[in-house]
Amino acid sequence: MSTLPAIELKHVRKEFAKGERRVVAVEDVDLAVSHREFVAVLGPSGCGKSTLLNMVAGFERPTSGRVLAGGTVVGEPSPRRAVVFQEPALFPWLSVLGNVVFGPKTQGQPAAEYRAHAAQIIDQVGLSGFESHYPAELSGGMRQRVGIARALIMRPQVLLMDEPFGSLDAQTRSLMQELLLAVWESHHQTVLFITHDIEEALLLADRVCVMTARPGRIKKTINVDIPRPRSIEVTTSPELNRLRREVFALIREESQRAATERARAAANS
Amino acid sequence: MPALPRVPWFLLLPAAFVALWHFAVAERWVVEGIIPAPAQVLDSWRTWIFGSTKAMLSPYAGTWLDNVAYSTRRVLQGFGIAAAVAIPLGLMIGWNRLVARLVDPSIQLVRPVPITAWLPFAIAVFGIYDASALFLIGLGAFFPIVVNATHGVRDTNLLLLRAARMMGARPVTVLAKVVFPSALPSIFTGLRLGIGVAWTAVIVAEMIAVKSGLGYVLWDAYYVGRMDICVATMFSVGILGFVSDRVILVASRLLLRWRTLEALE
Repeated sequence: MSTLPAIELKHVRKEFAKGERRVVAVEDVDLAVSHREFVAVLGPSGCGKSTLLNMVAGFERPTSGRVLAGGTVVGEPSPRRAVVFQEPALFPWLSVLGNVVFGPKTQGQPAAEYRAHAAQIIDQVGLSGFESHYPAELSGGMRQRVGIARALIMRPQVLLMDEPFGSLDAQTRSLMQELLLAVWESHHQTVLFITHDIEEALLLADRVCVMTARPGRIKKTINVDIPRPRSIEVTTSPELNRLRREVFALIREESQRAATERARAAANS
Repeated sequence: MPALPRVPWFLLLPAAFVALWHFAVAERWVVEGIIPAPAQVLDSWRTWIFGSTKAMLSPYAGTWLDNVAYSTRRVLQGFGIAAAVAIPLGLMIGWNRLVARLVDPSIQLVRPVPITAWLPFAIAVFGIYDASALFLIGLGAFFPIVVNATHGVRDTNLLLLRAARMMGARPVTVLAKVVFPSALPSIFTGLRLGIGVAWTAVIVAEMIAVKSGLGYVLWDAYYVGRMDICVATMFSVGILGFVSDRVILVASRLLLRWRTLEALE
């Protein structure tokens, strides 16, 4: 295993043109994710955390700075950096199986090879028996399972997850978190996980990067030294509660700062 | 809303219309001898289709099927050519910015010219032949298909494109496996609009630019004062247009089963 980080962001800045104005989404972000590490990026909505993920995926390019994966500059999107989207973004005209095997099929893998692998992964995410269903026939949680399965089947070097459980109801969300923990125990993927849910970040990740409001910067990185394998019960442990308070204080501080800045800007204009 | 009783409600308006028509003729609310009664139209239509045992009553007797075949063949050929050109072109315009800049303005410029305005040009270039009719039909059907295909491509969900690229799809694969199926519902909308224009165009073309088919019969019957045949022709074209639209609709339902599921959600 190489000693280079799986993902590395160096002084990354991203601006968007918004009409005449230019909006800075992400400012001077430095982040390194090691192999087999699970890192969560936590921040309020609109802080540029999805932009961060899009740059790692290769969907967007940084305005300045460098984004590296396995030591090389990220160019086009690649199956080595699989993405799980918030809206699962499944192909509605393909069955569950069709969606799951889209990647290997597109990459020209022989059917004999990917069929068995698909069956195994579909079973792992709990979708056995639903192979021929269409996305419209599935619940939100099941669709997201398909989203995870079609990413895992490509055996990616890193898994990029953009608030994958953000639009699910609370119960389904905790089920999916448990599923992800179980999947992670068997694959030990490198994961970059974007979320605005404090508890979710602490439950899943080895490290949590707390972001500031726009422009997004990494305010502080917190190590989550809770032993693995973890289960959903971890969320009520004293250790996690202590971390929750710490993160909560950081976020409060951040939102107050943002509010003061807004007030100052309003007074000046 | 309480469930309506299962009655063929759609027959109510046509029945009322035929009744009104019948009494308008029978009670002489309309000028006599110009508008034929429904029964007379039906009778002439029957003779037109099946021929007549009476001696030489009508020059139209027994020619219906031939003329239907002429018109239908022209529609299918013209429509087929239009679809074969318009679908790939629409995909390219929606997909590639250079193609869009190159081609789209010209299409938008030519599109507002009514198909009827092309008639003299078509006859001058292609003569009183089939080619004239095919040109008009193809041109008329081309625009709705190309515009809707373009629109369908541009409506493709950005996340689906990203998902496909992330799974290793190259541009050609993205176009074939993501953009095309995603645009297919819109393409079918274009095809349905296109077949409608094709029937309009075939009648116009046959009235003036060719000497066979339902449009030719329509104009010919008008000249010799056979309004019963005119009306029977109108019904015939209506039925053919309706049937061809249904065929496309059924094909789209079969191909787009996933969309029906989405609608049920």
